[in-house]
Amino acid sequence: MRLNTFYAVFSLLLLTGCASTSNTWGWYVINPNTPSGLANIKFLLNGFGATISLSVIAALMSMAIGLFVALPSISQNRWVRLPSRVYVEIIRAIPLLPMLFWVFYGLPVIFKSMGLNISIDPFWGAIITLAISDSAFTAEIYRSGIQSVSKGQTEAAKTVGLNYVQTMRYVILPQAIRRILPPLANQFIYIVKMSAFASVIGMQELTRRANELVVTEYRPLEIYTLLILEYLVLVLIISFGVRWLERKMDADESK
Amino acid sequence: MPSTQHAIEITGLNKWFDDFHALKDINLTISQGERVVICGPSGSGKSTLIRCINDLETHQSGEIIVDDTQANIGMVFQQFNLFPHLTVQQNLTLGPMKALGLSKADAEERAMKFLERVRIPEQADKKPRHLSGGQQQRVAIARSLCMSPEIMLFDEPTSALDPEMIAEVLDVMTDLADDGMTMIVVTHEMGFARKVADRMVFMDGGEIIETGTPKEFFSTPKSKRCKLFLEQILQH
Ligand SMILES: Nc1ncnc2c1ncn2[C@@H]1O[C@H](COP(=O)(O)OP(=O)(O)OP(=O)(O)O)[C@@H](O)[C@H]1O
Ligand SMILES: [Mg+2]
Repeated sequence: MRLNTFYAVFSLLLLTGCASTSNTWGWYVINPNTPSGLANIKFLLNGFGATISLSVIAALMSMAIGLFVALPSISQNRWVRLPSRVYVEIIRAIPLLPMLFWVFYGLPVIFKSMGLNISIDPFWGAIITLAISDSAFTAEIYRSGIQSVSKGQTEAAKTVGLNYVQTMRYVILPQAIRRILPPLANQFIYIVKMSAFASVIGMQELTRRANELVVTEYRPLEIYTLLILEYLVLVLIISFGVRWLERKMDADESK
Repeated sequence: MPSTQHAIEITGLNKWFDDFHALKDINLTISQGERVVICGPSGSGKSTLIRCINDLETHQSGEIIVDDTQANIGMVFQQFNLFPHLTVQQNLTLGPMKALGLSKADAEERAMKFLERVRIPEQADKKPRHLSGGQQQRVAIARSLCMSPEIMLFDEPTSALDPEMIAEVLDVMTDLADDGMTMIVVTHEMGFARKVADRMVFMDGGEIIETGTPKEFFSTPKSKRCKLFLEQILQH
């Protein structure tokens, strides 16, 4: 359905492009039948590796940090909840780009003042920023998922002798996961899209490569069209994965 | 018959939910092997009292002393609270394996023993939601028994059940009582109380208004509130 709509819009664009006599479109720049076009395509597509590894590592880190933040946030004790609350509110309020600049350009200054000679490379700078920025959202996803499991479950676990970690591990999280996974997967789509910001600190991912090629080829329309397509393919694959996961979970549920 | 050894000694227990005084100066001593039935109107603090006994609620003053030899307390909830993502058997083996450190084989053997005791061994591999309410509550009882409790607490175990399923759960509880388990049961099933209870406890407004043997309790209730409550409940 979504794909069909996309094809319709895309072919319309192509048609208008072909119909105009001026040189609005110049697909030669990424024509795989010419050596230079092929080289350009390869250069662009090679960004997938970086975009995907950025996103996957950042997502995994965000999932870990999120859980770490979410667990205190469901405590009965407000003083235990408070730090998590503050973390979520602050991190959620900071736009990604300024945070990226702060981590990449600002943090090394702090390190230096402490006598540490740590420079942050674009890859890890981007990952840390993406992970922290996203962790506020994953924490909230965990929290609402865990709170969707009734209090009676925790109490029953306690009466059969389980400690806190065992209760989480064997009783609460396996039930909460059904509520957690779908929004978490959607959050992954967000990370993939946000990873484009890593281009501004010099990370050679999809967007950075497109920018660099535009500078040498002066063909922004074609190159950015392809760039959008690249993200679209990635996101659609993830969406299908999420859909599959949801169906599989529903099937398990009715067993 | 109850022994003279104390299982639980509650003295001067007070419990507040914020400003709400839910339990007022509760004193209650329960002997080993004794069967106590607690009744009283809704909101009188029955659940809160038994939840204090097994630490599901904290209290602000007074003492609850559970005898060292009676430290394992099982609990059966009104809403069963089975683990829905696990099979019946897994519900029963989780505690013994993780908390008692039993091997899987031992835990499963124990689970089957208690499933037979509550008369549903054939349901072992099903998920709880495929069982009737009465069966689910019997699984919940078996799950508690798998932890070898010395004391069992029941909080209105039949209130969420359709009438035709109440008997099968009460039968299992009666068996337990016959085996000498120390039991504290919150229930309005007065037939069960008459048959099984060593002592009745009537609560209202967070206080224990009166206690007595079922015989005294049902024939000559001392307080007006208790009389009124019994009239209402026995009408139905
Ligand atoms: N978590 C809580 N927070 C605030 N008030 C509570 C809480 N739990 C119970 N209460 C209040 O304490 C009082 C006693 O509640 P409790 O559940 O012990 O009554 P009960 O005798 O078990 O009633 P029922 O027959 O309806 O189960 C009620 O007024 C109830 O509203
Ligand atoms: Mg109650």
